[in-house]
Amino acid sequence: MGDMSKNYRLNFLKEVEANVEEGEWVKMCMQCGVCSGSCPLGKFWNHPPQEIFMMIRAGKREEVLTSNAMWMCTSCYNCIVRCPRELPITHIMHGLAHYAKRLGLIPQQQPTAKFAQLFWNNLSNKGRVNELKLGVKLYFMNGIGEGFKTSLKMKDIGMGMMKTKRMNPLEIVGGHGLEDIKGFQAMLKKAQELEDQRIATPRP
Amino acid sequence: MAAEKKLVGYLCTGCGISERLNVNQLQTIAVREGKIPEVKQHARLCAPDGVQMIADDIAAGATHLMLAGCSRRSKVEAFSFPNVAISRANLREGVIWARPNTPDNQETTQEMANDYVRMACAELRYLNIPSPSGEQKLNKNILVVGGGVTGMTAALETAAAGYPVHLVCDEAELGGVWKNLYKRVPFRAAASAVPNGYDVDLPQPEEPGITEMSAQVLANPLITVHFNAQLSKTSGAPGRFAADITNTAGATVTENFGAIIQASDFKEYDANQLPEFAYGKTPDVMTNFELERLAKAANGAPLKRPSDGKIVESVAFIQCAGQRSEQNGHLPYCSGFCCTESIKQALYFKAQNPDCDTTILFDDLRTPGAAGEDFYRCGQQEMVTFSKGKASAVVKNSAGLTVKFQDLILNEATELNCDLVVLATGQIPNNGPDPYAQLAVDEAETEEEKEAARIKLEVAPPSILNLDYRQGTDLPQLKHGFLDSHFICFPYETRRTGIYAAGPVRRPMDMKQAMDDAVGAAMKAIQAAESAANSAAVHPRVGDLSYPVFRKEGCTQCKRCTVECPFGAINEDENRYPVFNESRCRRCGTCMGACPVRVISFENYSIDSVNQQIKAVDIPDEFSEKPRILVLACENDAYPALDMAAQAGIETTPFARVVPVRCLGSVSLSWITDSLSSGYDGIVLMGCRRDEDYQCHFVRGSAIAAERLSKVGDTLTQLNLEPERIVVHEVAITDLERAPRLLNEMAQNIEKIGMSPFKF
Repeated sequence: MGDMSKNYRLNFLKEVEANVEEGEWVKMCMQCGVCSGSCPLGKFWNHPPQEIFMMIRAGKREEVLTSNAMWMCTSCYNCIVRCPRELPITHIMHGLAHYAKRLGLIPQQQPTAKFAQLFWNNLSNKGRVNELKLGVKLYFMNGIGEGFKTSLKMKDIGMGMMKTKRMNPLEIVGGHGLEDIKGFQAMLKKAQELEDQRIATPRP
Repeated sequence: MAAEKKLVGYLCTGCGISERLNVNQLQTIAVREGKIPEVKQHARLCAPDGVQMIADDIAAGATHLMLAGCSRRSKVEAFSFPNVAISRANLREGVIWARPNTPDNQETTQEMANDYVRMACAELRYLNIPSPSGEQKLNKNILVVGGGVTGMTAALETAAAGYPVHLVCDEAELGGVWKNLYKRVPFRAAASAVPNGYDVDLPQPEEPGITEMSAQVLANPLITVHFNAQLSKTSGAPGRFAADITNTAGATVTENFGAIIQASDFKEYDANQLPEFAYGKTPDVMTNFELERLAKAANGAPLKRPSDGKIVESVAFIQCAGQRSEQNGHLPYCSGFCCTESIKQALYFKAQNPDCDTTILFDDLRTPGAAGEDFYRCGQQEMVTFSKGKASAVVKNSAGLTVKFQDLILNEATELNCDLVVLATGQIPNNGPDPYAQLAVDEAETEEEKEAARIKLEVAPPSILNLDYRQGTDLPQLKHGFLDSHFICFPYETRRTGIYAAGPVRRPMDMKQAMDDAVGAAMKAIQAAESAANSAAVHPRVGDLSYPVFRKEGCTQCKRCTVECPFGAINEDENRYPVFNESRCRRCGTCMGACPVRVISFENYSIDSVNQQIKAVDIPDEFSEKPRILVLACENDAYPALDMAAQAGIETTPFARVVPVRCLGSVSLSWITDSLSSGYDGIVLMGCRRDEDYQCHFVRGSAIAAERLSKVGDTLTQLNLEPERIVVHEVAITDLERAPRLLNEMAQNIEKIGMSPFKF
């Protein structure tokens, strides 16, 4: 069973409160399980939200932060709508994912985590999502071989989209973006600074 | 009654009665067959002029009224006339609303109405006008047994209503089991504007207020407190109880009371029966009651663990310790107060040190009371860890204690270390011995049951009330030692009239609920004392002045009445004749149904008053294909269910003739045999649910009736009749669809088995 000394201690709950967005709500979960029952993707998670909250209170730091659970959330908000204690469960899940990433604890080969990074990189480049580039990156996310296979499989759809002008092949070079890209990136930089500052200063 | 009877009949033609029925025929029947000299028709008898007409007749000397119209349960206020006897023929709910309005049903519908008029007339001749027994005068003194919060609240509330109280406390100070409270669970919920959140204003543990309450009791001029005292003997009846109050020095005073409240609270569960949790092996494992005393002694100073005085930095609460378990020595029930109690105690630790790890291991967290859910949230907000888990063991380790448990959310066997373990143990009702414990031994069917009953009798606790009653010294119990009371409708009523139960003696509860209970019981006790002075019944036949009387010369001293009375109302004199205590009686008539020689009766309800109704029904001959079904229906549940079914337009067989009875317990077997021999084809008895979750207003009436009727098969065999002709049903007031269906089923069965051959 490993080291039991941290079992059911408040250390990890306090860490979550200090570092995870909306983490102060975790202690208010009353374990009714409505969130777990409401989650359309619940059966694909290794821990539904109710269980994640209990694990936090039981002091299971490693298991929570390396879990794939919060990465599987699709933000459908069913849990938030139904939670009788009105916990912002979706936000807590994203907060946990964010904190796990900060600590470098994302599970290996976690596809939604990878996709999230690709999306962010794509978006932050020019302030607009370049769907063609994002699609190609996604196809080749797991290596060249699989990339070509997926591309071939999807080619008819791609041709159809081009014909109906839903996809511009020229987007692969450069692509559209914001008018003031420099200003946009300055904003992102400032936001990052503020976030770093927030993390560096412990909450009261 | 010797006084002359003047009979008058009234036939209401309103509510569609005249459109559906030949009212002139009804009037002729009332006069010719019912022998009522004067029968008046009125288009709306309940209207002011109709009521005035009746009032005028009463003023002119009418003593007995036959009202044919709506059900006896309708227009009760309009037809409430004092000092007259009234019988009612149920033509509206009982006939026209229960039958379809079609020409081919006209004949049977009219026959039904004719019979109900005949029955009402026949009953009326056998009714007398009850007069008060005058057995007792008004005694406003109320006796409260128990000096805990329940007893103190009952005393204060009774005194606040202006009634003098004697409070018997078996200790040297007031407070009882609650006097060691450091804080109490909050009484109020959060303000309605408080939203969900993690940093909101939620109810906190409150000052217990016991000292203030004791001071109020001691300062109240209407309350006399007897310290270190017990009841050595209680005799009499409501309005004239006499109680011997004896103190530890042996001095006895005798006081008279109108009514009694038993508020003897509970005893702590003995945690020595929980060796798996190391109770008794280390002082660092304690019960919730012991922690409360520790907290009270510390009075806000940091709580230290008893073994070495270390300030507690981590504590685990084990909920349901020795409770909700069928294991030997455990309590099978939930004590209902321990969840909020543990939250409160966890907050003691948090108040001293917010970083103290407090874990509550629960299976089902139940937080009753106004503050309940908000108090739970308060605990969560203060970072008390709630874990749905089942503890299996507590063991000592080098630094403190280890609790082994199954986490039921994470579904794994795990453990936690802590300095202190608190066992949330339960309440054991502080009641006297079960008055029927000896009977249980005598009546046990198997050797095993007999042994269990014998053990129960041997370990019976000492008496609290020491009642000088034929049926034992204390209040009857339902199960697990809790007092029997009608759980849903009449919680404070016990099976001894005028003695009310409040607090954890009737079910486990927390302090706030016990206080609410005490208020209710105080009100009931005052009512009982006042009713006794008027010789009027208490619930459920409130205000009824009739009481059982018996013909002594006919009595065979068989003792069935004294044994079967659900309320222990009947004592025996030195010659073993029954002694009816009018004010202890609830007027259910169970004694009347029990009496094999039919010598017990009420002025307004007797063997004859029902028998005459049964005989008044016209029994068509065997070849008419018109069977007659006698329905004896409980007036509290089954009869209103049939009325409501008719209101809802549900059809009932035209062959049933319904007679309301006070309780199935009052049904005399003579009614059954007489009706069979006079040609009825079937008999349906409708009483209340009679098991552990009984619904009978008279507690045991329905069960006793079922017992008696289980032997009626012999009668049927003797008469060479099919056993299907008699059925007993449990009917609830909500059985609108079912009640008529049961009667229709009997009609169908008779069609199958054929008509009774006893039609002459």
